[in-house]
Amino acid sequence: MSTFLLILITGVGLGALYFLVASGLSLIYGLMGVLNFAHGAFLTIGAFTGLWISTKVFPNPTTWTFIAAMFAGGIAAGLFALLMEQLVINRLYNRHIDQALVTVGVSLVVTALIGGWFGFDARFLPTPLWFMKAVTIGEAIIPIDRFIYIGVAAILLTAMLSILKFTRIGLIIRAGVENRSMVSALGINVRLAFSTVFFIGGFAAGVGGVLISVFSYGVSPLMGGSWLIYGFIVVVVGGMGSVTGSAIAAMLIGITNQFANYYLTGLGDFVVVIILAAVLLTKPSGLLGKVNH
Amino acid sequence: MSSLEVKDLHVTINGSHILQGVNFFVPENKVTALLGRNGVGKSTTLKAIMGLNPGTGSVKFGGTEIVALPTHKIVQMGLGYVPEDREIFASLTVKENLSLAERDAEPNYDLVYSLFPELLTRTSQRAGTLSGGQQQMVAIARALLNQNKILVIDEPTKGLAPKLVTEVANALAHVADHSTMLIVEQNLALVKAIAQNIIVMDQGKIVFEGGPENLQDESFVKSMLGVSGGHK
Repeated sequence: MSTFLLILITGVGLGALYFLVASGLSLIYGLMGVLNFAHGAFLTIGAFTGLWISTKVFPNPTTWTFIAAMFAGGIAAGLFALLMEQLVINRLYNRHIDQALVTVGVSLVVTALIGGWFGFDARFLPTPLWFMKAVTIGEAIIPIDRFIYIGVAAILLTAMLSILKFTRIGLIIRAGVENRSMVSALGINVRLAFSTVFFIGGFAAGVGGVLISVFSYGVSPLMGGSWLIYGFIVVVVGGMGSVTGSAIAAMLIGITNQFANYYLTGLGDFVVVIILAAVLLTKPSGLLGKVNH
Repeated sequence: MSSLEVKDLHVTINGSHILQGVNFFVPENKVTALLGRNGVGKSTTLKAIMGLNPGTGSVKFGGTEIVALPTHKIVQMGLGYVPEDREIFASLTVKENLSLAERDAEPNYDLVYSLFPELLTRTSQRAGTLSGGQQQMVAIARALLNQNKILVIDEPTKGLAPKLVTEVANALAHVADHSTMLIVEQNLALVKAIAQNIIVMDQGKIVFEGGPENLQDESFVKSMLGVSGGHK
């Protein structure tokens, strides 16, 4: 029972990280039809900004310095995403192949630049000491960092859903995911919504990058690429354009991955691919897909 | 000035030259109906005016060239658009659909709810669960919320039950009394009731301009529109 609980909470924690990577990816594709291969670069930029804050700006890690590192990582990644949208993507709307090529290019450039500057070896991101502790639930000893991932993802999920539900820009984003040309035909400059979504997506990925650095025991220029693959799987399973779909799919993938890794001796990735194939065959729009471009 | 002048408008989509030099004028404070058989380019013309289809040539709204402007700027100038097939946002509620369309500081909900009182009882309902007629009411209401200088309306009674056709027609007749309107409509009874001008398209060009009295002529209707006036 204790093993089951440990695997379950670890799976939920992993799912929380997947959600942070996938939510922005889903909204960006849902609203703009942009398949953003540079999303992993947002994650990497967030992680390295967090590393810089945690080692250079506040070298003595505390809870507050870690929160500052997460926030700075989110802001840096969000601003980079916004800059990329304004300088590059803005000129390529409705040119899907060009978008894919350019975002792949941005991803490669960011990886190369960060790798050239910091090197490709993983670097340890300092965290407060209590991150290393564990809590006992029943007979299960659960590392405390799992709850941090879950908590941060829950806060960002709530914030995203609140923005989507209660603000005008959120209303425009939800409508734009369904039919962006009709949003324009109501006199709304939908590109403002595009920029907002890129920033939000970049922010979530940046925060995710800092947390993934803790989960993976290191910050590396190559981390974005490997997590991006899972981000895409979550987006496809959850449905393009749905934040809630991403959250559900992220949990499904994270938990299944962990259980399969334990009970099927390391076959977690294989089972995830089976889930992806099953969704594509039975419900190609994903669990809660909304996109209708 | 709320007149609309279309000159030598061309639209090519996926290699098909759909509009081949369309010319017409929509006078201020009058209802102009754009008629023609299916597939002659009526909806394409409206979309090109609204900037939803890329066109070349000239479209002047109140003397200002709008052909190269993005759609949202054209709408902000005062062109309200009701698209063919409604295009309401299915996952949003009726209230959210209307709220999204608000541009004026004081959107005219009194007019909307007086024309379509049914919407008032369904503000919290998801628009995708409304009947076709109710969805059309939402689509028209979005355009009526703001003080538009011209209403561009594409087949507002398409696919509606006869009772709803009457309701939508009455609403449009009410609005037509004090608006400039360009309407694509297959229902000739509605056109006769509200239009002061008719324009007929065929194969991507304007082939007739005149008054709605021509629609009384059975042979005109058959030759121009390919339908019997008595049926529509």
